[in-house]
Amino acid sequence: MPESFAFAPQYASIPHRDHTAELGMWVFIATEVLLFGGLILTYFVYRHAFPEDFAEGSRRTEIVIGTANTAVLLTSSFLVAWAVEIFSPDTARIVTWLLVGAACLGLAFIVLKGIEYSKEYDEHLVPGVDFQFAGSRASGVQLFFIFYFIATAIHALHMLIGICLLITLATICRTAPTTRHQTALRSGALYWHFVDAIWIFLFALIYLPGRSSS
Amino acid sequence: MSEKNYLTTDYTLKSWFLTTDHKRIAILYFASLIFFFFIGGAAATAIRIELATPQADLVSSDIYNRLFTMHGIIMVWFFLIPSIPNTLGNFIVPLMIGARDLAFPRLNLMSWYIFMLGGCTTLFAIFAGGVDTGWTFYTPFSTLYSNSYVIVAAAGVFIAGFSSILTGLNFIVTIHRLRAPGLTWYRLPLFLWSLYATSVILVLATPVLAITLILIATERFFGVGIFDPRIGGDPLLFQHLFWFYSHPAVYIMILPGMGVINELVSCYSRKQVFGYKFVAWASLAIAAVGFLVWGHHMFVSGQSLVASLVFSFMSFIVAVPSAIKVFNWTATLHKGSIHFDAPMLYALAFIGLFTIGGLTGLFLACLAFDVHATDTYFVVAHFHYIMVGGMVTAYFGGLHYWWPKMTGRHYSEYWARTAAVLIFFGFNLTFFPQFILGAEGMPRRYHVYPPEFQVWNVLSSGGAAILAVAYLMPLLYLGYSAFFGARASANPWNATGLEWQTSSPPPEFNFTTQPVVTRAPYQYNGDFQAEPQNA
Ligand code: HEM
Ligand SMILES: [Cu+2]
Repeated sequence: MPESFAFAPQYASIPHRDHTAELGMWVFIATEVLLFGGLILTYFVYRHAFPEDFAEGSRRTEIVIGTANTAVLLTSSFLVAWAVEIFSPDTARIVTWLLVGAACLGLAFIVLKGIEYSKEYDEHLVPGVDFQFAGSRASGVQLFFIFYFIATAIHALHMLIGICLLITLATICRTAPTTRHQTALRSGALYWHFVDAIWIFLFALIYLPGRSSS
Repeated sequence: MSEKNYLTTDYTLKSWFLTTDHKRIAILYFASLIFFFFIGGAAATAIRIELATPQADLVSSDIYNRLFTMHGIIMVWFFLIPSIPNTLGNFIVPLMIGARDLAFPRLNLMSWYIFMLGGCTTLFAIFAGGVDTGWTFYTPFSTLYSNSYVIVAAAGVFIAGFSSILTGLNFIVTIHRLRAPGLTWYRLPLFLWSLYATSVILVLATPVLAITLILIATERFFGVGIFDPRIGGDPLLFQHLFWFYSHPAVYIMILPGMGVINELVSCYSRKQVFGYKFVAWASLAIAAVGFLVWGHHMFVSGQSLVASLVFSFMSFIVAVPSAIKVFNWTATLHKGSIHFDAPMLYALAFIGLFTIGGLTGLFLACLAFDVHATDTYFVVAHFHYIMVGGMVTAYFGGLHYWWPKMTGRHYSEYWARTAAVLIFFGFNLTFFPQFILGAEGMPRRYHVYPPEFQVWNVLSSGGAAILAVAYLMPLLYLGYSAFFGARASANPWNATGLEWQTSSPPPEFNFTTQPVVTRAPYQYNGDFQAEPQNA
């Protein structure tokens, strides 16, 4: 693949630079795992303390939107993986479109999430804003929704960053595809898959408890 | 001096504030840390002056709370955690591995800006209204009762956390990928092993702190009960999350210091480090086991007895690799041809003070003793022996050792030795009485106390005055030497690290030709001809 830029002086060669960049992304993902890990740990502590309340809270979430979002995100991850797989100067056009497609799906996710949030707002499920819940389970359900909102908001923030990343990648892959861009694409894809993987966990923790019985 | 070095390549402000040269970024950090050290130090001075008498005659209890909180927050997050990694580490890591820069130079610059943003945010909180929660932000106090600047201060710490993470990431990748040909892992200087272990903690522990601070902010803003027991929350969970970061963080504060000591001890006793592999792996062992002992900060919190026993046991385990290091330094010194240059004086002080700090850590790890000593001055003395006696001393040692490399100048050996001795003396006078105070039951964080404690408190405050002067001295003679000191050669200590094979100060990209490593580190054999240095 043609190489249009000289590499920075600290690297010995182009592959050296590229592998270094990818390792950087892996280490970054390690810190992200711990970030969500702390949050998920909190979730488990309280789910252990209030199992019924968490099931109750979970039943109040919008499982249709949640499921749709899971499908949307998995598809977008698939498109990104596809783009990584076929990347070469000849396929620049397809790669660009695949990335644009993935970014659009990411946006769709955000929009659906917004609809979900507004429904929850209407149902007075937003803690600290106007949470209202009849019955004895109110405080446990509120804890569930605190977790739900913090986790999904942080996840959505990651999505927004990811969407910007995908659009940037789409633009640079369109013009001058080199190994440098390939590396950028691979690292960006790693990040996107990571955000996707986190969602799978969140999906299971948020939408599924208490659903199997009724 | 015809050739350009990293200091003389360009003189504009822009060339400093937009630099991607790890050496210049190290200098940026260095200047910022001096600034924070003095703010934290000013608060400490006020605290010690207040405690010189049993009554409250200098400040009210409210101001006192703000003072020790300010002291703690600044010293822990804006001085100790970044100290050696971000200044000496930033400067030395690429030089030591024969690289031309860190793996991600722009990320490195960004992390300095993030750090400054965090620092300014916290300073704003402190000066706008103050924070009185203590550096640990314990809930529910921090979320329900305390004044509203808690969240601003926490936001500053949160922001600075990203800087830590990025630095850790940069070091890990750099040490993995940018080592010079021939520089295998077992040829790596031990300073790098310890920075590597530190970086692992930075990368894996800091995000947990971040999420904890987010949870506090949410609780406070929305009045929801995450940690508030009245609405189902659990204040112990906060402590677990907090100490899951903050115990490993104490190793962020000490491991780099241990790394510096390896370099100094072997250089100034002209001997190979005894048990190189043990020392190397001990760093990683400390980092790993350090993640499993956080509960020893919670012995009296109401956690279950079983949990306390396990944490107590694990705390003893983590002392083993620390002890390995002390034994190995001692063995390295044994029959060495020891040269008492200033850096070596700091190193010896470190070994003594760290040993005292570590042993009293074992006292505290004993459940029964800790129940007696929790929240007394005994704990205060313990962690100051580690963090100030240990880390700050190591920092000064490393700074003196690499000073000629960083500036190309010698400092006055006479004043440097005087300062080192004074620091050792002042430090012990400040903090040893606190062990006694604590054992006798004086609680921490009170600004009035029964008159019978006054003797020890006066000694402690007197020591603090000496210590303050001793800490100011390097500012003067190092500052002087930076401009007027005698020129240093490339390798003034006749040391073996790769960083000594390039000129002092190094050129912009460190090495004119790629160094190749063919030997194990620390190949000293008793010879020593330091160059004459009359500053
Ligand atoms: C040699 C291994 C060590 C052991 C076994 C140990 C043990 C302990 C224990 C049991 C406590 C809890 C005291 C209490 O709150 O009642 C404690 C407190 C503390 N330790 Fe250590 N420690 C060790 C090393 C270190 C190191 C290396 C540092 C810092 C670089 C450090 C810094 C601290 C701090 C800051 C506290 C006080 C926390 C607070 O309550 O604010 N320790 N240590
Ligand atoms: Cu601890």
